[in-house]
Amino acid sequence: MRLSVQAEPFDLGAESNAFAAGLQGAGAVVTFTGLVRDNGGALAAMEIEHYPGMTEKAIAAMMDQAAVRWKLADALVIHRYGRLAGDEAIMMVATAAAHRAEAFAAAEFLMDYLKSRAPFWKKELGVDGEAWVAAKEADEAALGRW
Amino acid sequence: MIEVLYFAWVRERVGVPRERLETQAATVADLITELAAKEERYAWAFADLTSLRVALDQDLSSFDAPLAGVREVAFFPPMTGG
Repeated sequence: MRLSVQAEPFDLGAESNAFAAGLQGAGAVVTFTGLVRDNGGALAAMEIEHYPGMTEKAIAAMMDQAAVRWKLADALVIHRYGRLAGDEAIMMVATAAAHRAEAFAAAEFLMDYLKSRAPFWKKELGVDGEAWVAAKEADEAALGRW
Repeated sequence: MIEVLYFAWVRERVGVPRERLETQAATVADLITELAAKEERYAWAFADLTSLRVALDQDLSSFDAPLAGVREVAFFPPMTGG
């Protein structure tokens, strides 16, 4: 399993190919990528802050949990911080399992937990000013299904 | 001595990302009361605890948790990753 918390952009295709290569006993790979929504041109940039140390610790714990629960062959999480422009990729998750149901479930689990339990905070820098993105109740509620 | 970290709008309100504090507070709630009484910028940051989260030594915790043995306390709003 690999986790990278980084400022630099990542290559979705290269990461996906590298992840899918050399898997042992996996019949399914699911990838998810989160992008910066540009809100129809109203967004100039997004600033992502995180808590170095806790970020890695929290995500590694989620990945360990997912690996055991869905018997994953492998998992990958890349999450960026710093200043991102509209349409840039913020993060990606990849999961590999014997069958697709496990790979999809593990990816959704990781996404739900990354949203509400990984210490990242997004600030939208708009053409009309800046604002911290508020956490959604629906995102917190989504954890209940796991 | 305890290391206290602030993130996102909590950091903006307090005005610093981290500081080392001398405190006798027994719990997180006691520390918040102590800070809020000290200066207006803390009172502003800690005005609404329902929109605050706390981590002790990099694990999510609660306001009634004891501070004994804790080296690092972090205050921040609900997380917005993903």
